[in-house]
Amino acid sequence: MPSPSDRSYSKEHEWVIVDGDIATVGITDFAQDQLGEVVYVDLPGAGDVVAAGEAFGEVESVKSVSELYAPVSGEIVEVNDALADTPETVNADAYGGGWMIKVKLENPSQVDELLSAAEYDDFVAQG
Amino acid sequence: MSDNAAAGPLSRTPLYEEHLALGARMVPFAGFEMPVQYGGIIDEHRAVRTRAGVFDVSHMAEFRVFGFGSFDFLQHALTNDLSRISGLGQAQYTLLLDEHGGIVDDLIVYHSGDLEYLIVANASNRLSDLEHLRLQAPDDVELVDESERTALIAVQGPLALGVVSGLAGEGWMAPGRFSVAEALLDGAVPCLIARTGYTGEDGVEIFCRAADAPVVWRLLLSYPEVTPCGLGARDTLRLEMGYHLYGSDMDRSVDPISAGLGWVVGREKGEFVGRRAVERVRESGPERRLVFLLVEDGIARPGHSVLHGGIEVGKVASGTYSPTIESGIATAYVPARSATIGECFDIRIRSKTARATVVKPPFVTGSSLPVTST
Repeated sequence: MPSPSDRSYSKEHEWVIVDGDIATVGITDFAQDQLGEVVYVDLPGAGDVVAAGEAFGEVESVKSVSELYAPVSGEIVEVNDALADTPETVNADAYGGGWMIKVKLENPSQVDELLSAAEYDDFVAQG
Repeated sequence: MSDNAAAGPLSRTPLYEEHLALGARMVPFAGFEMPVQYGGIIDEHRAVRTRAGVFDVSHMAEFRVFGFGSFDFLQHALTNDLSRISGLGQAQYTLLLDEHGGIVDDLIVYHSGDLEYLIVANASNRLSDLEHLRLQAPDDVELVDESERTALIAVQGPLALGVVSGLAGEGWMAPGRFSVAEALLDGAVPCLIARTGYTGEDGVEIFCRAADAPVVWRLLLSYPEVTPCGLGARDTLRLEMGYHLYGSDMDRSVDPISAGLGWVVGREKGEFVGRRAVERVRESGPERRLVFLLVEDGIARPGHSVLHGGIEVGKVASGTYSPTIESGIATAYVPARSATIGECFDIRIRSKTARATVVKPPFVTGSSLPVTST
């Protein structure tokens, strides 16, 4: 299934959707499928600052651990606390309820450097 | 699972094509391409705890020992007291040690026939086990490696025995726990059915000809209550029960007492390989012991540091997520003086620290199997 075209993607398999100067970040459907059933999500707190390309948290399945890489820089204004109790939402609704953090964009032009949905799908298809 | 390092090309079990057809995710394990999961580890785990799951464990090694000297040979080569399975069809868990008391492998021995035993061993230890056993085998004993011609399929869960009994036909008497019996599945496939397993649920392990494995596999999956399960669920199921995994929870550097397997070492048998070394540890007490840890707020993985009072005292041996209690569970070797139930440790999980408490296994109770204390 093609990735939703309303957002941008990183090669580390995160998605970003921008509303004003706030970017919401999650992991892609491909990423959640590769991980398997997510059982633990470790996220930073609101007020923390993330930098594009750097790890900001972790997502764990029964068998593996994956670091989450920030696709954009800025201050975290909101964290999806619901994932602490229902990490499986990352599998069930990766592009909706499985969102992870909201970042106040420090440099909105960073979003332009990310992949489009079509580019991301090509990237995944090439393995 | 520390024996993932594959040297050379990977082997395939007779069920390789079946796994691909079911959409399994395949991984290298102990030199084989094995299914780690089909649908998902948690669903497979729960299927075994509530209904029945089927596992391809054909990578395991099988050795057959027969001849007049079989009993004396194995009684000397292995730790458990073989006279406790003098009855035909009985089985026992046992260890193969080196002269220094180090654990070469953990095994199940089945008293499969008159003057005959069947041994099931870990795939990764097949050659080292054979080497150890051959060096000791007397002239009046035959030791045959039957691993390649033999398939092994585990059917585990509260509904497992009903499924297998249905396939074995009317009049078939299911073997008792830790016993084995012949069966002709679906009136056509000769099998050996052992009431053993590695999940903590009731169930069986089916030995059959490698060529018959796909038929048996499909017969089992024709029952709607049976779910195909991979190595991922096998690991979470066994660790919930506190069962040891060779290569993670013990190896050649560890003696049975430190590993908490003293109950597998016969006290009333004669001489056996490693006996003096084990007795020394029994007398002086082990320096380190394997403990079972309930991990709060995090999932400890093998290799993570275990701290006590801020000082590193060991590493996580086995560590995963328990789908039943929805928490991290782990094992680790720690100094014996702090290896007591209720003792707290910290585990460094990458950038943070999680609290871990020593508990008495199993982590999960109330399974379809009467739990025996270790």
